[in-house]
Order: sequence, then structure tokens, then C-alpha cells
Amino acid sequence: MAQAQTNHATTEAPGGAHEDIGFPPFETETYAGQLLWLAITFVVLYTLLSRLVLPRLSGIIENRRAMIASDLDDAAAMKSRAEEAGTAYEKSLSEAKTRAQALAQETRAKLSAESDVKRKALEADLNQRLAEAEATISSKKSEAMSHVDAIARDTASAIIERLTGKAPAPQKVEAALNQIKA
Amino acid sequence: MASPIEQFQIKPLIPVINFTNSSAFMIGAAAVIVGGLLYATRKRAVVPGRSQSVAEVLHDFVANTLVDATGKEGMKFFPLVFSLFMFVLTANLLGMIPGFFTVTSHIIVTFALAMLVIGTVVVYGFVKHGTHFLGLFVPSGVPGWLLPFIVVIELISFLSRPISLSLRLFANMLAGHIALKVFAGFVVSLLAAGGALTILAPLPLLMAVALMALEFLVAALQAYVFTVLTCIYLNDALHPGH
Repeated sequence: MAQAQTNHATTEAPGGAHEDIGFPPFETETYAGQLLWLAITFVVLYTLLSRLVLPRLSGIIENRRAMIASDLDDAAAMKSRAEEAGTAYEKSLSEAKTRAQALAQETRAKLSAESDVKRKALEADLNQRLAEAEATISSKKSEAMSHVDAIARDTASAIIERLTGKAPAPQKVEAALNQIKA
Repeated sequence: MASPIEQFQIKPLIPVINFTNSSAFMIGAAAVIVGGLLYATRKRAVVPGRSQSVAEVLHDFVANTLVDATGKEGMKFFPLVFSLFMFVLTANLLGMIPGFFTVTSHIIVTFALAMLVIGTVVVYGFVKHGTHFLGLFVPSGVPGWLLPFIVVIELISFLSRPISLSLRLFANMLAGHIALKVFAGFVVSLLAAGGALTILAPLPLLMAVALMALEFLVAALQAYVFTVLTCIYLNDALHPGH
């Protein structure tokens, strides 16, 4: 190794075809230069990345995350508003339904009350007429019945007159009829 | 034919300030990272385009890796971890371009990055937790007679971290590029050999193509592994209790 290095150190022209070069990573005389430039480069790289590039990059990512979060929040708020509107609609719908039912109930009750009144009036009217008719019938009947005696008497006296040739005394006929009736 | 390790040679560009090809590619990687990310995020679009999506995926990927390993409080190290990941990833991938120098194929670079991680862990651990940070080496619930051994083992394991962290990345990049170069070299040698051997030349070419794909995987994977281990070590600084 050491010999290889000395060989290389004395060989001036680099890149020669079969040149016996040392093993470059172990050539310690290049270390200082590499370390110097690595330090400079890395410090500059670190500074630029941490001050400029990474804040920008994480800013973009953070910005997007915030935007998505706020969009999601907006969507959630809109959804809850829509749900509120939905419940309000359902509430007003059910209220309207109850009102409609109450109105229908009321109307029905009113109508049935009216028809009840009409029916009762009609019934009363009919009852009255019925009673009148019954009274007429019974009066006619009793009147007719009162005529039955006279008809019987006349008939009886007419029959007797035909049979006997002379009219019977009305008192006798009356007595006989009363006897039969009893 | 050039040696397979010639590609790792450090060539001075401006010797006065020790500016070499390695320095140029370090700056190139940093420029690609900063320029690329600034370009990708130039619109700051809420609905990202393709390049901005890539930037956001990189950001979220590193952030998730860090939070998974250390919890929310680890995010204070996010710029460091992100810089390390992007630097290693970009340096690895830039090195995949033929003719380009691979910054991470030099042990001193990977070791410096690993020492940056371990240094951060040690400094932050002591500043934040004081001597309690040493509890890292003393697991609770260990019988007294076993404790000295455990402490020694924990200490060795802690001290070997920067070595394993840097060697893993360095060795992967180095070996991958050497293997690529060797197989590519076979193609040239076989073509030059003439006769029946020339017919065999496409075989190492196919191998080189396959290796290229594998090396892209390794380039990304090693950047990820470096980042994950960094996060795990940072977790020790944040939560030293076992």
C-alpha cells in the first residue's frame, strides 16, 4: 500500500493506461481537501435546505392539510345545516299534518253536530206527525165505533121489521143490543 | 485499459484551494438538491404537479422515517436528516452516470457524515440529558455481576456505530462501481482479443447492464439505510433509557 502510494506520488501523468495507482480512498493526503469541501458543501446545503427549501416544502404540505381540514369542516357545517333544515322541514310537515288532522276532526264534528240537529228536528217532526196521525186514526176509529151501535140498531130494527112487518120499539132493540154486547 | 479503481482518483482542479473533482461533485450534488427542490416547489401548488409530487414524497418519506424511529420530538432533527438523506442519495445517483465521480465512494466522506451523526447524538444527548445520557450503556434489569460486561459490550457497540455506518455506504458504493468497471472492462478485452472470444463479448455487457440496475437500487437503498440508522441513533439521544 505504502509503496503504491509513493509510486502514485511520483507518477505525474494521471490516467495513463497501465499506471500503478494507489487505492484512492486510502490516500490520506486527499483527506483534508475532501473534508474541507464536504464541510463547506454540507453546511451550505444544510443552511439552504433548513432556511429556504424545507420551510417552503412543509409550508405547501401544511397549507394543503389546513385547506383540506377547513374544507372538511365546511362540509360538516353544511351537512349539519342541511340536517337542521331537514328536521325543520319534517317538524313543519308534522305540524301541518296535526293541524290538518285537527281541522278535519273539527269539520267532521261540526258536520256531524249539524246533521244530528237536522236529524233530531226531522225525527221530532216525524214523531209529531205520527202522533197526529195516530190521534186522527184513534178519533176516526172511536167515531167509527160509535157508529157501529147505531148501524147495529138500524140493521137489527130493519131485519126485525122485515121479519115481523112492524118496527120494534127502539128501547127494546137498545136493550137487546146492550145484552149481546155485555 | 484503465484500472477499475482509477474512477475513484481525486484529481485536483484548482490546487490552490484544494478544489478537486470530488469537491466539484459535492457542490454539484448540493446544487442539484437545492435547485431541484426549489424548481419542483416553484408553483407552491395545492394540487402538485409531477416534480412537486416527487419533492413532497421525499419530504414525507424522510419525515415518516424520522417520526417512526424517534417520535414527534425527533422532528427537530428533520433538516439534518433530510440533508443527509438527500446528499447521500444524490451523490450516489450522480455517481451512476458514466464518467461521473462518486463522492460517497471515499471512506473519509462517509466517515465524516457518520461522525456528524454520532457527534450530534453525543452532543445533544449530553446537553439534553446530562450524565443520564450515560444510561444508554447501562441497561436496566441486568444482574449486577453481568453489568460490567454489558457496559463494555454496549460501549463497543456504540463506538462501532460510526465505523459500520460509514463503511457500509463506502463499501457498497466502491464495490458496485468496481464490479461495473470490471464487467465493462471484460467487454473491451473480449472484443480486443478477437476470434471466438469476441463472440462472447455481449455476455459481460448483459452483466454490466444488470449490475447497473442493481447499482441504482443499491444507491437508493444505501441512502435509505444511512438515514434509518441515523434516525435510530438520534432516538438514543432523545430517549437514552433502554
